[in-house]
Amino acid sequence: MAQLAVHNDIISKIIEPGSRVLDLGCGDADLLAWLADNKNVDARGVELDAQKVQRAISRGVSAYQGDLEECLHDYPDEAFDYVILSQTLLEVRQPLKVLKEMLRVGKRIIVAFPNFGHWSIRLAHLFTGRAPKNKLFPHDWYDSPNIHFLTVHDFEMLAAKESWTMERSIYLAGAEPLKLFPNFFAETAVFLIRR
Amino acid sequence: MEVETQYTQFDSLNLDCGVTLNPVDCAYQTYGQLNTNKTNAILVTHAFSGDAQAAGIDKDTGQKGWWDNMIGPGRAFDTDKYFVICSNVLGGCKGSTGPASLDPATHRPYGMGFPVITMADMVRLQKKLIESLGIKKLLAVAGGSMGGMQALQWAVQYPDAVAAAIPIATTARHSAQQIAFNEVGRQAVMADPDWNGGEYYIGRPPARGLAVARMVGHITYMSDESMRQKFGRRTRENDDIFEVESYLRYRGSQFVDRFDANSYLYITKAMDLFDLTHNGDMTLTAALESATTRFLVISFTSDWLYPSYQSQEIVNALRRRNHDVAYCELESNYGHDAFLVEVKEQSELVRGFLAKTFKGMNR
Repeated sequence: MAQLAVHNDIISKIIEPGSRVLDLGCGDADLLAWLADNKNVDARGVELDAQKVQRAISRGVSAYQGDLEECLHDYPDEAFDYVILSQTLLEVRQPLKVLKEMLRVGKRIIVAFPNFGHWSIRLAHLFTGRAPKNKLFPHDWYDSPNIHFLTVHDFEMLAAKESWTMERSIYLAGAEPLKLFPNFFAETAVFLIRR
Repeated sequence: MEVETQYTQFDSLNLDCGVTLNPVDCAYQTYGQLNTNKTNAILVTHAFSGDAQAAGIDKDTGQKGWWDNMIGPGRAFDTDKYFVICSNVLGGCKGSTGPASLDPATHRPYGMGFPVITMADMVRLQKKLIESLGIKKLLAVAGGSMGGMQALQWAVQYPDAVAAAIPIATTARHSAQQIAFNEVGRQAVMADPDWNGGEYYIGRPPARGLAVARMVGHITYMSDESMRQKFGRRTRENDDIFEVESYLRYRGSQFVDRFDANSYLYITKAMDLFDLTHNGDMTLTAALESATTRFLVISFTSDWLYPSYQSQEIVNALRRRNHDVAYCELESNYGHDAFLVEVKEQSELVRGFLAKTFKGMNR
């Protein structure tokens, strides 16, 4: 299962029926359309790509075409039960500002990203001496949308520094959850956080 | 689909300016069938020069409706599912009461004696029509340009009577540039001696002035790119005039046959007066406070007459209240005309949005 599908699967289990959900970087709204149909959520999305927004709206999802970093401040406090940032954390210019804004507009936030501390990344860097490129980080350095790279450990340190409450931390190798040495073995992680 | 305009009359209509029109006529067309719960009615609102014929082929003139590519069986506004209504606006000249109508007090056309009308007045007449059809709550109000202004006005004025609004290529308040172009048009009409202070119904209409006004209008509806593609620097065969000149002249002269010059003055003024914030008395967010409808807002990349930032203003104001709003800026070279031309993308958006709204309304 692809990274996105695994994360969508986990996120869709976390979210309670009837919730108000905002998905930042919602793409075609695969997740939101599923949540709307199966969990009766009030589904909103933000997406920069016009064609993806078109598909999202045509599926009945209220998607907004815009830059998530520019639009978040418009939403009132605690407007949503969940605000989701899946895959997109590495692409935003000011991750901390975005995370803080998410925690303002959402009662809880869900953040999912690939782990730059995974052993395969460490080994690739050590032995090839090149910027790592594999299934977790599939882009060449010159055409990657990612502008920040972080490990599971990095994220948890930030959360501790900001005193966020980590309600759930899910570490994954493929679709399988794991417990031991997540910063070394987790390919991706999904966090459920509140202020 | 063969269609026919219907006419209805109401005893009176109170206007923003304090005047009461009595009686008042309303020309309209309908497509599809109203369901038994009366929950599938959509009001489509026309742009500046449109009329009640939004779809189908007129059985007398053979003319196609102005949004025919969007309305019909299987189309965006699917007449197999929805009951679609379109009426000529108040102040118009296609069957609804306007400056060319007879003033019952004088038994002569109103002319410049017609009261100043607003977007709210147009919507008030539409509400009367909807009520007369036995509809308590519309599934949606949808329209482009001035039609979009009416959709916004509906959401603010009658929030309980409409479940969704689809304002396309429009604004919540006319800008200085938009007012400026309208003023050029009005001055062109009034500079024509045949206009005669609006008293031309027994003489010659101000055809030259109205044609010039329309020519300016058409420039603003296109884009640099679409004009380059459509005309370039081509000239007409055996003729010394550019294609673009010929096109504008043709459009201008054609318009004179189908539009009343005084209607031009009154309707453009109603657009210029349109400002949901009441001249900045309130924020747009506050202005939209009463709105409970869902929104689908659409703009087009090359539309410089109603640029995307104006649609984004609406959307951002709604987002500040965490209102249910979908927004998409569609890629197009057609300028403001895009809302009449870009059918495929608009249809996808409208179809999904309406289906979701219909589901919510019939839960």
